[in-house]
Amino acid sequence: MTSQLKQDTPAKGKIIVITSGKGGVGKTTSAAAISAGLAMLGHKTVVIDFDVGLRNLDMIMGCERRVVFDFINVIQGDARLKQALIKDKRLENLSILPTSQTRDKDALTKEGVEKVLNELREEFDYIICDSPAGIERGAHLAMYFADEAVVVTNPEVSSVRDSDRVLGLLSSKTARAERPGAEPIKAQVLLTRYDANRIAKGEMMTVEDVLEILAVPLLGIVPESTAVLRASNEGVPVTMDEPSPASAAYMDAVARLTGEEVEMRVESDKRPGLLQRLFGMTA
Amino acid sequence: MFGFTFRPRPRKAKSAQTAKDRLQILLAHERSAGSGPDCLPELQRDILEVIRRHMKIDKDAVEIKMDRGDEWSSLEINIEFPSTEKA
Repeated sequence: MTSQLKQDTPAKGKIIVITSGKGGVGKTTSAAAISAGLAMLGHKTVVIDFDVGLRNLDMIMGCERRVVFDFINVIQGDARLKQALIKDKRLENLSILPTSQTRDKDALTKEGVEKVLNELREEFDYIICDSPAGIERGAHLAMYFADEAVVVTNPEVSSVRDSDRVLGLLSSKTARAERPGAEPIKAQVLLTRYDANRIAKGEMMTVEDVLEILAVPLLGIVPESTAVLRASNEGVPVTMDEPSPASAAYMDAVARLTGEEVEMRVESDKRPGLLQRLFGMTA
Repeated sequence: MFGFTFRPRPRKAKSAQTAKDRLQILLAHERSAGSGPDCLPELQRDILEVIRRHMKIDKDAVEIKMDRGDEWSSLEINIEFPSTEKA
């Protein structure tokens, strides 16, 4: 297996894992938003759900009714990759590879995952791996073949601690870490559920606090936004939905992933003005 | 607060309902029996086998599409075979 990895690979698709350790921090939301954003910029993109047994990416992407075959069917040879890929109906550059709802995580094999990823590299510019929470098999295989990692982190103690753990695994238990002379995985932090008001009040760690602890570059800051729940309700990736502070933040992060230099800025959901509050409206 | 509901805010009210509708349809399918993990791969294998008895087709020539709906679902099966088919 390592001998296959040693082969000189010409410029082919880039594998990016979206991971975090902790659950509920916004991995799937971010994987959906980033992959849709990349496709909107014209890059051929596929997003893979590695959370075997707890399929959810399909719902966030809004293609849950169209799942026929899944990642595990492809690994086990019951379906071809082309059959399992679901083409997004809104963006022609975007495809989704759903996970199995019925199997357990042991159905994933390193060899199987590698074979599928190699095939996807031939066809796509970006392969986004949506990792399950935790650090077990699914999470391990989601990060194992990655070229880059996006570590989704909330400004909250357990999330930062788990992100640190995951950063350690990225630099020790992955193909790039095990292959002598290989460039290490490029890991960046994506800070989500950021609440400027609470930071101003000293109730939440600042961006600087989090970065000082984790000591990796920052990919972006996604503010807490009502747009995120609305988008998931409707099965539309945040970046494809109507403009919001969250979609702007994700598009900036996407641009940075593609190598563009974008100034770091944080918008937030507008606080209702005095008049609006008097009339009982929410922004 | 309710005095101002005349304000057109359709999207906001609708997205929670959309979420509920999507979940109800999906969970109804997931809870129903007879759609085990191997159901569709087996169906594909069986379809291929039957058709192969009558004509020469490639094992990659079957395309299965599914659309799960509220009242009904559709299963679309496309089979490609060479136009100069000589069985």
